[in-house]
Amino acid sequence: MSAVSEVALAPQEPAYDVERVRAEFPILAEKVHGKPLVYLDNAATTQKPRAVIDALRGYYEHTNANIHRGVHVLSQRATEAYEGTRERVRRFLNAASAREIVFTRGTTEAINLVAQSYGRSRLKAGDEILISALEHHSNIVPWQLLCEQVGAVLRVVPIGDAGELLFEDYEKVLGPRTRLVALAHVSNALGTVLPVRRAIELAHAHGVPVLLDGAQAAAHQPVDVRALECDFYAFSGHKIYGPTGIGVLYGRRGLLEAMPPYQGGGDMIRTVTFEKSTWADIPHKFEAGTPNIAGTIGLGAALEFVERIGLEAIAAHEAGLLEYASGRAAEVPGLRIVGTAPEKAGILSFVLEGIHPHDIGTILDTQGVAVRAGHHCAMPVMQRFHVPATARASFALYNTRAEVDALIAAIDKAKELFG
Amino acid sequence: MSDLRELYQEVIFDHNRHPRNFGRPRGANRSAHGYNPLCGDKVTIYLRVEDGVIRDAAFEGSGCAISTASASLMTEALKGKTEAEASRLFEGFHDMVTGAGAHAELGKLEVLGGVREFPMRVKCATLAWHTLSAALKGGGEPVTTE
Ligand SMILES: Cc1ncc(COP(=O)(O)O)c(C=O)c1O
Repeated sequence: MSAVSEVALAPQEPAYDVERVRAEFPILAEKVHGKPLVYLDNAATTQKPRAVIDALRGYYEHTNANIHRGVHVLSQRATEAYEGTRERVRRFLNAASAREIVFTRGTTEAINLVAQSYGRSRLKAGDEILISALEHHSNIVPWQLLCEQVGAVLRVVPIGDAGELLFEDYEKVLGPRTRLVALAHVSNALGTVLPVRRAIELAHAHGVPVLLDGAQAAAHQPVDVRALECDFYAFSGHKIYGPTGIGVLYGRRGLLEAMPPYQGGGDMIRTVTFEKSTWADIPHKFEAGTPNIAGTIGLGAALEFVERIGLEAIAAHEAGLLEYASGRAAEVPGLRIVGTAPEKAGILSFVLEGIHPHDIGTILDTQGVAVRAGHHCAMPVMQRFHVPATARASFALYNTRAEVDALIAAIDKAKELFG
Repeated sequence: MSDLRELYQEVIFDHNRHPRNFGRPRGANRSAHGYNPLCGDKVTIYLRVEDGVIRDAAFEGSGCAISTASASLMTEALKGKTEAEASRLFEGFHDMVTGAGAHAELGKLEVLGGVREFPMRVKCATLAWHTLSAALKGGGEPVTTE
C-alpha cells in the first residue's frame, strides 16, 4: 500500500483512553502515605478491574456449586461457567481444542506439571533440558528437581550484556541429547522478549518440544500458540488482571494424551477399583480434586476485559510508556538500566549509584510509588549482572506518563535524601 | 517525608557511607554468615571473645543502608560487652525495631528506632544481630532471615 492511499484509507485510530481504563480499577483510587497510588509492580501481580471483582462476587452470590457432579441447577451453571472459561482461554491462545487447556494454580504449577508428568515419564539419565540464563526460579527449580529424579542434566544458554538471549549459543547447546527446551517468553527481571519463534523452529528441527513460560507475556502482547507452534505454554491469571490461584497450561493434544496424570484424586478418573483405576480424558486427567472454580470464572472475566481493550492496543500503549520511562531514566545521573535488549516488554529494572535497591523501594513507597526491589525470583540474573538486587518498575495497561513522572520525581527524592 | 527522616537519620547515612569495624580483624575466634534472601543482603560477623567478653567485633558484607548501618553500629556497641550483655542488647534492639513496647536503654543504637514504622525493613536492621547470635553460639550454618 502506498503512503498516499494509506493516509486516504486508514480509519481514524481511536486514541487509547487510559483514563477510561483506569476508571475500571477501583484500587487505583487508593491513597498510600497520603499520596495517590502509583502502581508500578505489575510484573509481580496486576490489579483487578471491576468486571473481575463482580464476576467473583456474582459467582458466589448466584452460582456457587461443585462442578461436573451435580444434577442440580447450580452445579450445571457452575460447570457451564467453568468449561465456558476453558473455551475462552482456547480462543485467547488460539489453541486448536479446549481439551488442550488445563487449569492450574498458576505458571509455577503448570511448569511443575510438565516436569513431573511429561519429564518424569520421558527423560532418562544423561538426557538434557535446556533453559536460558534469564529464567524465573519457577522455570529453573522444577527442572532441577526432575534432573535429580531421573539423572537428566540442565543446560543453560547464556545471555549477553543487554540481557538478550545469545542465539548462537542456543544453537550450540541444542544437541542430540536435548529432550526439552523451556524458555521464558518475556523475562520478568529484565523485560527481554525472547526470539521464541526462531527458538521453537530450531528445536523442532531437532525433534525437541518447547515449553514457553508466558507469565510476563500473556497480558502484554497477543499470544497465538499455533502460530508459535509451541508445545506447552504457561501463564498466571493474577498477572493478567485475574485472581490469584488460577493459571493455565496449554499443551499440544498428542503430548497431553500420552502424559500420565500429575496428581490423583476425584474428577481425574474414569473408573476406580482397588486393583486399578483408569483416567479421564484430557484435560480432566490433569485436574484432580475440586478446582478453583471461582478463580477460573474470574480469569474468564479478566480475559474478556483484556480482549475488549485489545492486546494490540495494550502492547502499543505499554511500548510508549517504556520508551518514555527509559528516556527519562537515562537522564538521571547515576542510574543504570539493567536489561537493554532491543526487544523489550514494559519492564524497567535499574540500580542507582550509592543507593541500595531496597532503600529505593522504601523511599519510593513513601511517595506513593510501588515498585519491586529485590532479585525478582531470578537470582542467576542478578549474579550475571553483578548486582545484589535491582529496583523494577513494570507497566500495565492502566499506567500513564504522569505516573512515570512520579517515579522519576521519587527517584530524585531518594537521591536528594542520600545526598 | 517526616517518617523517612526518622528512618534515615544522619547517623545512619554516616555509617552506611563509612562503615566502622569493616573488614576481617586479626585474632577473630568466632564468626558467622548471614543472608537475607529477599533483598540479597549479606553479612559476615567476626568476634574475638576472651573469657566470655567480646574484645573485638567487625563485619564484612553488602547490603542496604539500614543493614549496613545496623551492622556498623552493632559492632561498635559490642566491644567490651559480655556474651550475656550482648544477648540482652539484641533483645532490647529487637523490641525497639519491632515496636514491641518499652525496651531497654540502647544508647546510640536508638537511631534505628525509626525502623518500627517500616515493618518490611525490620529484617534489614536485625540481620547483623541474628548473625551475631549465630557467631556467639558458634554454629556453622549460615543464618538467613527467612
Ligand atoms: C517469568 C515468570 N515465570 C513464572 C512466574 C511464576 O508465576 P506464579 O507465581 O504466578 O506461578 C513469574 C511470576 O513472578 C514470572 O514472572
